[in-house]
Amino acid sequence: MNVQQLIEKLELRVFGGEQGLQNTITGGYVSDLLSDVMGNSDTGQVWLTLQTHKNVMAIASLKDLAAIILVNNHKPDEDTLNQANEEGIPLLGTDMSTFEITGKLYELLK
Amino acid sequence: MQQYRADLHIHTLLSPCGDLEMSPANIVEAAVQKKIDILGITDHNSTKHALLIQKMAAEKGIFTLCGAEVTTREEVHCLAFFENVDTLAQFQQYLDEHIAKVKNNPKYFGHQVVVDEEEMIVEEVEHLLISALDQSLEQIQRKVHELDGLFIPAHIDRPKYSLTSQLGFVPPDIKADALEISRHTSKEEVLKKFPYLEAFTFTSSSDAHFPADIGTKVCLFEIEALSFKEIKMALRGEDGRKVSF
Repeated sequence: MNVQQLIEKLELRVFGGEQGLQNTITGGYVSDLLSDVMGNSDTGQVWLTLQTHKNVMAIASLKDLAAIILVNNHKPDEDTLNQANEEGIPLLGTDMSTFEITGKLYELLK
Repeated sequence: MQQYRADLHIHTLLSPCGDLEMSPANIVEAAVQKKIDILGITDHNSTKHALLIQKMAAEKGIFTLCGAEVTTREEVHCLAFFENVDTLAQFQQYLDEHIAKVKNNPKYFGHQVVVDEEEMIVEEVEHLLISALDQSLEQIQRKVHELDGLFIPAHIDRPKYSLTSQLGFVPPDIKADALEISRHTSKEEVLKKFPYLEAFTFTSSSDAHFPADIGTKVCLFEIEALSFKEIKMALRGEDGRKVSF
């Protein structure tokens, strides 16, 4: 599945980073500790978080993640959004809680 | 230029995790014993003991930086210090407005009391002081600087509640007056990991929760006199002032 297909299936909002909408998704990772994501996420995963700081984009880029989904209706900080566009990594959003969106994502990717 | 010993990260019994022995009187007494010249009073998300300690410490010739250890929305702990009663009060109001109002359960978290000089309780804070504010790191930094305060992210090397644990690494463009490192590491170790922090000033302090912790880690200020302005100059490395440890 690619990011565009995931957006359609889960009705996700696209904040930025549209250049990466064709990225292939290999799995998911859920964490709000960026140190943990840096250590334990893998290339091609979709990352679910409530953190909106621009370091999120730096770590997504470093780990070559497919996309980021901000949960619970969180909005990215302005410089985070700018960086998503610069890096070309899709920055997405949902009203769903972490629990709900994780369950749906798991069903789609398992 | 004179050299002064500073412990800039001290919790009082107001912090839920602060020992009940951390009364203003005991803190000042310990500071005298440990030959501390500059105290930083930094309860979790509250400034309510700082002025009393400032007054009591001044009687012993000790200078006090009044402030708090603030929890950002990202759950990063940052020290903030203010020069006068007015800006300190404005910051207290900001803390009251933005902290999550979760009722404290003293059974789990400990009591959160403000006491007077004689250790009589004058107030018990109802909401849990270790909760986070609904404000981001940058929003809090801007607020502190609007009030001409000092903004120092705390224990940046620690695996909990630090810039590195919560945000993965120190944002290179962070507008901090200094970065505090814990007593478990050295400036050299931190710079090995984050060479881009070379230009920052570092501080290190005890993060005392018990009287015996006070002064177990200090930094040395080389300044002309004990004042907020001189301390600020040292953090900026201005006119020969400096801080080391």
